[in-house]
Amino acid sequence: MIKSDVLIIGAGAVGCALARELSKYNIKVTVVDKNDDVGGDASKSNSGLFSTSATMPVGTLECKLRTIAHSMILNICNDLDVPYIECGSIAPILYPDQLETAKGLTERAFQNGVYDYEILPAKDILDMEPTLNPEILGGIYSPRDRQANQFIFVSAMAENAAENGVEFVLDCKVTGMDVADGKIHAVHTTKGDFEATWVINAAGLHCDEISDMVDECDFKINPRKGEFYVFSHDTPVKVSHIISSVPSPKTRGVLVIPTVDNNMLVGPTADDVEDKTDVKTTAAGLASIKSQALNMIPGLHFEDTITQFVGVRPARTPEGYDIRFSEKVPGFIGISGVRSTGLTVSVGLATYIVHGMKEHGLELVRKEGWKRTRKGIARFAEKTDAEKDALIAADPLYGKIICRCEQVTESEILQAIHRPVGAKTLDAVKRRVRAGMGRCQSGFCGPHVIEILARELGIPEEDVRKRGEKAFMLDKN
Amino acid sequence: MKDLNCSVVVVGGGPAGLAAAISAKKNGAEKVIVIERENRLGGILKQCIHAGFGLQYFGEELTGPEYAEKFAVLAKEAGIEFLLDTTALEIKEKTLVCVNTEGIININFGALVLAMGCRERTRANLVIPGSRPAGIYSAGTAQKLINIFGHKVGKEVVILGSGDIGMIMARRLSLNGAKVKAVVEIMPYLAGLVRNKAQCLDDFNIPLLLSHTVVDITGVDRVESVTIAPVDENRRPIMEKAETITCDTLLLSVGLIPENELTRSANVELSAITKGAVVNQYKQTDKPYIFACGNVLHVNDLVDHVSHESEDAGKFAALYAAGKLEANTQLEVQPGEGVRYVCPQKMVCAEENVDLYFRTAAPGRGTTLTISDDTGVLVTKKLVRTTPGTIEKLTLPADKAKNATGKIVVRAEHKEEA
Repeated sequence: MIKSDVLIIGAGAVGCALARELSKYNIKVTVVDKNDDVGGDASKSNSGLFSTSATMPVGTLECKLRTIAHSMILNICNDLDVPYIECGSIAPILYPDQLETAKGLTERAFQNGVYDYEILPAKDILDMEPTLNPEILGGIYSPRDRQANQFIFVSAMAENAAENGVEFVLDCKVTGMDVADGKIHAVHTTKGDFEATWVINAAGLHCDEISDMVDECDFKINPRKGEFYVFSHDTPVKVSHIISSVPSPKTRGVLVIPTVDNNMLVGPTADDVEDKTDVKTTAAGLASIKSQALNMIPGLHFEDTITQFVGVRPARTPEGYDIRFSEKVPGFIGISGVRSTGLTVSVGLATYIVHGMKEHGLELVRKEGWKRTRKGIARFAEKTDAEKDALIAADPLYGKIICRCEQVTESEILQAIHRPVGAKTLDAVKRRVRAGMGRCQSGFCGPHVIEILARELGIPEEDVRKRGEKAFMLDKN
Repeated sequence: MKDLNCSVVVVGGGPAGLAAAISAKKNGAEKVIVIERENRLGGILKQCIHAGFGLQYFGEELTGPEYAEKFAVLAKEAGIEFLLDTTALEIKEKTLVCVNTEGIININFGALVLAMGCRERTRANLVIPGSRPAGIYSAGTAQKLINIFGHKVGKEVVILGSGDIGMIMARRLSLNGAKVKAVVEIMPYLAGLVRNKAQCLDDFNIPLLLSHTVVDITGVDRVESVTIAPVDENRRPIMEKAETITCDTLLLSVGLIPENELTRSANVELSAITKGAVVNQYKQTDKPYIFACGNVLHVNDLVDHVSHESEDAGKFAALYAAGKLEANTQLEVQPGEGVRYVCPQKMVCAEENVDLYFRTAAPGRGTTLTISDDTGVLVTKKLVRTTPGTIEKLTLPADKAKNATGKIVVRAEHKEEA
C-alpha cells in the first residue's frame, strides 16, 4: 500500500501540471497512469498548439482558464526548457460567406480579451504566407498562437515534479476503489493498492470510468478521433504560420501547422467513435484532410509525409469543463471535459484546482528550495560544430549517432532512459529525443534502440516493447 | 576538432564505397579515406547472408558477407584508410564534416565519392491506413534483426511488395520457423528478380498475390491481422473483395530510396526519378568535385553492377583530384518510350565506350533496346524478355560516343506486353 496526501490518476498534461504545482508544497504526491510513459493519451497525440482563447465561447470556465493559462505558458516553457515557436496563426478566408463569420469571430475575440486578433486584406496575408491559395479574400491573423513540442512539455513537467519529490507509478492501471461512508479507503490498481486523502481524477479519455468508481459519473465521454499527417523536414512547400480553417458551426476544420521540430503537421479530422482505443487511420479520413488542406495550400507535397497518426480527444456530453470537488466523497476531485484545449489550459487548471483544494481545507506549506527549472536534453543535431565538439568532450557518446535521420546520439538516448520518469519503451525514447521520428521511421535505428533499451533496463531484448504492456518488438519464443 | 587532408574521401564502406576507394587508389589517388558509420565494413551486404552475389564480377557465387569481405581485404591491401563508427554530417565546399566519439573531424578533400546507399520506403510513404502496433517492419530491418542480431521477429507474416529483399525475407522467415502467409504485390507483375520468385517463394509454397494491396492493419499492441484487397487497373483497391489475414507481423518490401540527405547539403542536383544525383558517365555530379555511385545514385538490382559502376566513380574522382579530368560539354541522356530512367543522365563526348544503365517501364517480350542521338539510331540490342526489376545496360562504342550530337535517347520496344 502506497500512502500519499494526494493521488493523481492520469499522467497527461493535466495530471503532470497538477503534480508539478503540488510539488511546491510539503505533501506527498503520487501519480499513477496505465501507460508505460507519461503523456497520457490525448496529450501526446495532438497538434501541440498553445492558442489564445479568441474563438472560445464567451464566459465559460474553459475560456477563462485558457486566457489565464495562455499568459503563463511561455514562462513555464522557458523554466522547463520546452521548445516552442511563436509562429502566430492565419485563417484564410476562402468564400464570401466566411467574411461574416470572420467578423463575428473578431467581435468574440475582443470580448475574450484577445485584442490582437484581426482581419487583414488578402495581399497582406499572402505577403506573410505566400504558399496560401492566391484566390483568398483575406484572412484572420492571430499573432500569439504558438506551437510547442507537446510531448516534451508534458514530460518536462513530470520530470520537474519528480525532481521535486513526486512519485510516478507507470504501467499502473486503476481497476477499482473501496468507497464507504463517503471516503475512498483504497484505490486498487494493477500494481497494488494506493491510499490518499485526496484523489484527483485526471484520467482524460477515461475520466468517466474513474468517476464511475465513486458513483459520480453523470456525463459521458465521447472519443473523438483526429487523424494527422506528418511531413518530412525537406518537403519543398512549408508554412511559417499555423494555417487554420475559418471555423464553421459544424467543424473547426483542418489545420496546417509548422512545428518546433520542423515537421509540418496536417489535420485533424473530427470523427466520433465508440472505442477509446480506436487509433486507426482511415483512407477516408486521410483523403478528406488532404483535399481540405490542398484547398488552402495548393502546393503541399503529400508524397513527403513520413507518418500518419491518430489522437483521440475526450469530448464530453454535456459539453464544457467540469471541475468537481465531490460532496458525496470529500477528497475526490473530478476533472472532465478537458478536450483539445487541455494542453494549454493544464498549467492554469493546476493552479485553479490547488486553490480549490486549499478552500476545501488542504493545508499547504510551501517547500524551501523548490526547483523551478529543468534543463532539457541537449540535442546534438541543433548544435554548431564547436558546441558538438564540447558535448563530445564531456561525453564521447555524443559522437555516436544512432538515429541517422534525426541525428540522435547514444548519449541523448541514454539520458532519455535514465532521467527521472525515464523512457522504458521505443516510443518513449522516440518522443523524448526523436530517435525513429525521421524519414525512415526507425528502420535503421530501431534494432540499435532495442539493444540499448535492453542493456540499460537490464532486460532481455525479447522483452523490449514499442509501448504499452504487450507491444513487444520481437517474437518472444 | 580535428582536420584531415586527403585526395579522395569516400562516404560509405559498403560495396559501392569499397569498390570506389580501391579504384581511386589504383588510379593514382595518394590518400584515400573511407568514412563508415558502422563498426564494420560491408554495408548492407553484412546482413545479406544468402548466396547469389558475385556471379558476374567474380565468376563465382558468394554470400553477401563473402562478397563484402573480398572487397574489404582488397581495400586494406591497397592501403586505404578507414574511419569506422564515424558519421558524415555535412559537405561544406571541399570539406566533409564528420563526427565520432573523439569529436568533429573536418576532412579536406580533392574529390568526394558519395556511396551512402539507400533506405527502405515505409508504410507511411504508401499511406496504408490502420493502427500502428508493434510488428510492422521494413524487410531490411527484419533482415538485420534476424541475421545480425539473431532475433525472431514474428510467427505469422504477411509481406507487402515483391521486391528482392521481400522475397528473400519470405524464405529466411520460413527457414526461421515462421509461417509466411502471402506476398502481396500491387502491380500486375513481380517487382524483383524472377529467380528470387522461384527460389524464395515457389520452393516454399508461399502464395504471391499480384494486383493486390494491404488496405488495413489491425492490432492495438502487436499486429493482429491485415486486410488485403485486389486492385483495379488504376491501382485502386476493390474493397468489396477485401479479405482479412490473421498474422502478427507485416513486412514491407515496397521500394528503396537513395539516402541523399548529405548530398543535399552540398546542393548537388538530384533526379526526380532516380532520387539520386544527376551524373555523367564518370559518375560526376554538377558539383565537379563530387561523384556518386551505388544505390545512393540509383537503386541497383545486382551488387556486381554496383562494383563496376563504383570503380568508374573512384577512378574519375582520383583523376579529378589530380587535375586530370577536364570539364567538357555534355549531352543530355534521356529515357525515351518504354524506359523509366537512364543513368548517367549526361554524357561527355570523348573517344571512349560509354555504358548506359537503365530500367524499362513495363515488362515485355521480344524487346528491342536502342540508343539514338539526333542523327538516328546508334546502337540496337534485342532481348527475349525484359522487366523493370532488372537493370539493362547498353554500351555506346567509343567512335559513336565521340561524334554523338544532340540528345541521347534510350528506348525499349516490346513485341508483346508480358
